[in-house]
Amino acid sequence: MITLGHYLVVSGMLFALGLAGVIARRNIIIVYMCLEMMLSAANLALVGFSRFHLVNGLPDYTAQSLVFFTITVAAAEVAVGLAIIVALFRSKQSVDVESVTKLQG
Amino acid sequence: MPPLLFYFFALITLGFGFLVVTGRNPVTCALALAASFVGLAALFLSLDAYFIAVIQILVYAGAVMVLFLFIIMLLDIKTEEGKKLNLPAIVSGVLLAVLLALQIIAVAGSTPLAQKSTQGSPLALADAAGKIGKAALPTITNDLKAGELPDAKLIGFTLFDQYGFHLQVIGLLLLVGTIGVVVLSKRERSAP
Repeated sequence: MITLGHYLVVSGMLFALGLAGVIARRNIIIVYMCLEMMLSAANLALVGFSRFHLVNGLPDYTAQSLVFFTITVAAAEVAVGLAIIVALFRSKQSVDVESVTKLQG
Repeated sequence: MPPLLFYFFALITLGFGFLVVTGRNPVTCALALAASFVGLAALFLSLDAYFIAVIQILVYAGAVMVLFLFIIMLLDIKTEEGKKLNLPAIVSGVLLAVLLALQIIAVAGSTPLAQKSTQGSPLALADAAGKIGKAALPTITNDLKAGELPDAKLIGFTLFDQYGFHLQVIGLLLLVGTIGVVVLSKRERSAP
């Protein structure tokens, strides 16, 4: 029997995987991919809560509207972020996060 | 969805997610991320969120992954084989992730809300048709009476009925994002 808890655990583990990637990886593109993974994990939790919080016998569509907004923002964020990565690569010739230390005091 | 399928797709999502974090070649990571998103879309399907599952495939596994692959190809990034691993960052990252996962599992296991199952809270479609009768469009109530879940129609109705302003803000955000990308990727010509 699959409960809401199962979905929440999968969502939490996916989020934790993404977090580990963001902290441990040095390739800035892979850091971005892990960020996307964390956003998707949050979406899974939202859709899970939407399905199990029934309004009039239907899933709560407010949560799914929020997922729609999240996906839109994520798409815009990826476009801008990758443009920044391309600009960074032009000036540093590298995608290593440790090559970008200009703001370090 | 039978429990076996849930575990199968959860395994696909998490396994390919793990491959994204550990892979050395960026192209491998991007393809693993696409596979992970397909597994996630299947989990959305199992939660009766058909519209979200479809846009997950279209936007993430389609558009976003193509963008990632294009950038990897454009920058001609080599695999980072020669570089040594950044040990403190890996240890702290794994430790933090394990702690977070344990905390989420503990919370999800202890709340009564998490004990709800799909069988325990079935969708009441014909019942819902009567309840939201006046508030919704006839096409939605007709679908509900026929025993179908008009998923996309209901999301669209919610979006345009309650969140019209937010939808316009999101449109503006996409416009600003487009302009930002064009400005960022323009080559500066007159560098002093």
